Amino acid sequence: MTTLTVPPAVRVTGVRHRFGDTIAVDGVDFDVASGMVFGLLGPNGAGKTTTLRMITTLLPAPPGTIEVFGLDVARHKLAVRRLIGYVPQRLSADGALTGWENVALFARLYDVPRTRRRQVVDSALESVGLADVAGRTASTYSGGMIRRLELAQALVNAPRLLMLDEPTIGLDPIARTSVWERILEVRADTGMTVLVTTHYMDEADQYCDRIALMHRGRIRAMGTPAELKASVDPDATLDDVFRAITGDELRSSPGERMRDVRATRRTAHRLG
Amino acid sequence: MSEQLAVPLTGWGRPTPLSLLRLVVSRITTMSLVEVQKLRHDRTELFTRAIQPALWLIIFGETFTRLRAIPTGHIPYIDYLAPGIIAQSALFIAIFYGIQVIWERDAGVLAKLMVTPTPRIALVTGKAFAASIRALIQALVVLILAALLGVALTDNPIKLLGMAALVSLGSCFFCCLSITIAGLALTHDRLMGIGQAITMPLFFGSSALYPINLMPGWLRAFNLVNPLGYEVDGLRGLLIGTPAQLGLDFGVLALASVFMISVASALLVRLAR
Ligand SMILES: Nc1ncnc2c1ncn2[C@@H]1O[C@H](COP(=O)(O)OP(=O)(O)O)[C@@H](O)[C@H]1O
Ligand SMILES: [Mg+2]
Repeated sequence: MTTLTVPPAVRVTGVRHRFGDTIAVDGVDFDVASGMVFGLLGPNGAGKTTTLRMITTLLPAPPGTIEVFGLDVARHKLAVRRLIGYVPQRLSADGALTGWENVALFARLYDVPRTRRRQVVDSALESVGLADVAGRTASTYSGGMIRRLELAQALVNAPRLLMLDEPTIGLDPIARTSVWERILEVRADTGMTVLVTTHYMDEADQYCDRIALMHRGRIRAMGTPAELKASVDPDATLDDVFRAITGDELRSSPGERMRDVRATRRTAHRLG
Repeated sequence: MSEQLAVPLTGWGRPTPLSLLRLVVSRITTMSLVEVQKLRHDRTELFTRAIQPALWLIIFGETFTRLRAIPTGHIPYIDYLAPGIIAQSALFIAIFYGIQVIWERDAGVLAKLMVTPTPRIALVTGKAFAASIRALIQALVVLILAALLGVALTDNPIKLLGMAALVSLGSCFFCCLSITIAGLALTHDRLMGIGQAITMPLFFGSSALYPINLMPGWLRAFNLVNPLGYEVDGLRGLLIGTPAQLGLDFGVLALASVFMISVASALLVRLAR
């Protein structure tokens, strides 16, 4: 293959989705080049989760189209699912199973060969620091432990595309850093592409190669963190960029203001 | 973990029927195994759940045998009742699985499973398998108890295997019915309401407790479309040797199960949206 024929990891074209009267995603287009960390940023209700769930094949995208490594998501659901690892926004692990069993289940579902399975599961748990508690049922885990368990699940088959929906929400700074370190480690090893949503601007600035700012179902700006900041002011932060782009609208709807959202998000993680 | 990308990029067209079949079988095995692991972590529940059918058999069975209130011909009532109780406990277990699927949806586990390369039918069949295993364990408890109470049960291993197969088919049907209702109701509360509203009619509208010829005409008609009626008929024929239409019983339950697995699989996606 030459570089010209390598398809982007994700190509989203003209995607919309509505829940009843709510237009959650209102015509979104973007490409994620293979191998990069792409951040989808925006306040609560911007449509980030809905966009991600369409890429995972959970929600239909018509009339838009979504391709993952050149595969049409609507037509090749099973093939696309083989390529992705997904960590949803809400903490979720099967509390009736042990940590080990939770990861082993995903190893089986991604067809890790039986001869290698035990070792792969062990090292996946080891690498997120859960080896010592692997025999305990997940219902006894803390939030940070469940997040790391989910990371081990999603990474067990070295996915080509890792999708993380607010992976560090509700975690303390140390847990946040350790989650990011693990993601970047695997990416360095395997060259996987990472698509992440977050509302932590500092995190996006630090870890993302490219960012799309999303607001009310649309993408309002896209570029590298440096480009986005430079477009506003030499000393601007991503917060400033966001305010510059959506400022008037945000002020007219104080409930969605970024700072408010950040404050409430820390306590409430029961969000759609 | 640090191996190179395990998944090739090329060669992913539409899967062939054979590879799809292999995938489905492999995933059903995996999902069934996981259910067994869950049962292993929760062994006490297996036994506490056996209390209810045991009470039915001992109290209801013994009492009505003495009263001779329900005419069951030359067969003692408790003998007549034992197969009915097996079918009943299988029904009550299976109906619970729709609630479990809603819990798993609320916990976010279902969506994560549905994003893995796993056909929906395997997720549904794994649950049906778990319902069958639980029902079989309870059937065993009821059989032992019935034998202790002097019920003249068959000791023919073929017939006992037939019983196990029939209980599994019945559990599969009702488990998938419950998941189907979950896919329509979408919330825990609504499902509980509907579940209760249908479980009792299914139970009382079958010959689990009393012979068909004691039923009023409309109930007899309902029994004809009630899969539980066929399950009870077959179980009674196999276990205590009453006249039964075994071919019909197996046929109806097998077809009903296949149908219900397909419907439940199709509706499962509604729960993940
Ligand atoms: N399952 C759902 N049913 C109804 N409305 C929904 C559902 N999921 C999301 N929404 C609505 O869609 C909009 C976008 O939500 P979401 O994609 O979760 O945004 P974000 O992840 O950026 O916070 C919000 O207005 C939200 O209320
Ligand atoms: Mg979200």
